[in-house]
Formats: sequence, structure tokens, C-alpha cells
Amino acid sequence: MEIITQPWPWYIAGPVIALIMFLLFYFGEHFGVSSNLETFCSIGGAGKYTNYFKIDWKQNIWNLIFIVGAIVGGFISAQWLSPTDNVVLNPQTVQDLADIGIQNAGASYLPDEIFSIETMLSFKGFLVLLIAGLMVGFGARWAGGCTSGHAIVGLSNLEIPSLISVIGFFIGGLVMTWFILPLIF
Amino acid sequence: MKHVKFFLVGILFGIVMSKAEIISWYRIYEMFKFQSFHMYGIIGSAVFLGMFSMLFFRKKMVKTFEGNDIHVAPKKKGMYRNLLGGILFGLGWALAGACPGPMFVLVGKGVVSILVVIFGATFGAFFYGLFKDKLPH
Repeated sequence: MEIITQPWPWYIAGPVIALIMFLLFYFGEHFGVSSNLETFCSIGGAGKYTNYFKIDWKQNIWNLIFIVGAIVGGFISAQWLSPTDNVVLNPQTVQDLADIGIQNAGASYLPDEIFSIETMLSFKGFLVLLIAGLMVGFGARWAGGCTSGHAIVGLSNLEIPSLISVIGFFIGGLVMTWFILPLIF
Repeated sequence: MKHVKFFLVGILFGIVMSKAEIISWYRIYEMFKFQSFHMYGIIGSAVFLGMFSMLFFRKKMVKTFEGNDIHVAPKKKGMYRNLLGGILFGLGWALAGACPGPMFVLVGKGVVSILVVIFGATFGAFFYGLFKDKLPH
């Protein structure tokens, strides 16, 4: 039990993710989470606005069920498999975050400065969450995949488009982390 | 009933995302600061092992449980689509500290504010669909 309740190291997590990808293909489907966002749009009636969303979303039900499972997995893990909620960080990371206005880094999984209810209910806090989501959703569909579809499946399959996308992920991520985040808080 | 297996794989996904702290905003920040090997080890080892899966699929050494060949759909080519879409995604990933998979796992963890991010991401996908003909690909 001790082994399960400890944070899992990368050499466990990476192979488990590879196994998940293998299983999804073995079951006749694929691994890609962001396409669910388009399915949401189709279910919500976005087909009225553009043909792009006029798809038979029922063929994507398996993927919706996969994310329902992911939600349940997150619940199980939080309730029974994680006795502590702190994240052990590099002291330098904690210092860097304090310098840009994020205190108590690592005390829980997420910083209150972005995810607390109070922050969410403030105008700026709500906007930060919304814009982050907009960029993820728009970017993932423009690029044709997110971390699962491009970084894991695409790179495994030696896809040049995925390599370009992952380079893009890093350009965007580095610009946000190094230059934009310090201006926000 | 044929969908139960996807539910179970999803649960495994949710657990590994949580237990390896991939759903932590800090792990993503730390990765982009190059201050930890954790995320690189995860993605690197998943891709390394994934290459063997792809090889087995391509050589038809592994078929689906129903005995069909496994075809991995090729990704769409295009410098603008992949680079610009990727950059936009990366900006959002580093700000939200979560890509689409972890967003849902965080719902299960009880993080209410992540629903705003998921709402935004769904609208992001909607706006892409709306404007895609005007974008370079």
C-alpha cells in the first residue's frame, strides 16, 4: 500500500501511459483527449454554425466514456490513494514562484492564486482561467492534437507534424512561463 | 457493455495522472523551467515504449482484440497548423498547468475552478471550427 500512496516516479508513470495508449489501440480506438472538446461542441449543437461540427458524435462515445473514467480515477486517487496533497518541488522552483507572486508553492497540487474559489470569482481570476482554456482548446484543435495525440502517439509513431507541434507546445510554454506569468500575479 | 473497457482504462489514466502529479500545475511550471526531470522522464519513457507498440502494430504482430489490423491515423501535415496551433496550445498549457486529459482528472479531484478552463477549452475548439477556413494551415 505504501508504494501506491507514495507519489509515483516517472519510470512508473511513463510505462503506464504507454500501456494506456497500447490498450486503446488494442481495443480498436486511439489515444487523444482534445477531440472530446469537438464532440462537446457537436453535442451542444455547434453544427448549426459550421459544418465542421456536423459529425456523427455517437462514434466518439467511447472517448467520452474514457474521460468519465478519468474523472472517476481522479476521484478515487484523491479520496483513497493520496494521504497527502503536497508536491515536493525543487527549492529553486519554490523561490522562483515566490518571486513572481505565487506563495506556498507545493503545499497542494494547485496554486490558490489561480484555482481557489475566491480567485475564480474575481474578474481577473476568471479571465485567466477562461483564456487559458480558450488557448488550450483552440490551439489543440488547430494543431490537430494535444499532449496525448501529438506528444505521446505522434512522437511514438515518428510523425513530423507531431514533432513540429511539440516544438510549438514548448515555444508557447516557455514564453508563458518565463515572460508572461511574471506579469500576471 | 462494450464501452466498459474504456471506462476502466480511463480510471487507470485518472489514477496515473494524479499519482504521478501530472495534474499538478507546479509540475508543468517546473518542466518549463527545466528544474526537474520528472515530466521529461514520463513523456520520454512513454514515447520510447510507445515506439515499440507502433512497431508491433505496423508489422501486424499485434492486432485489435477483434483481430483487425491496427492503423494509426497519420497526423495532418502543415507548418502553420502544427506550429501556430502548437504555440497557442503551449501558452494555454503553461498558464492552466493542465492539458485536456488532466483537466478532467482535476474535476474528479474536486477542483471547481477547472470547470471554467474546460468551458474555455470547449469554446476554444468551437471558435477554431468557426474560423478554421480563415486560418493558415
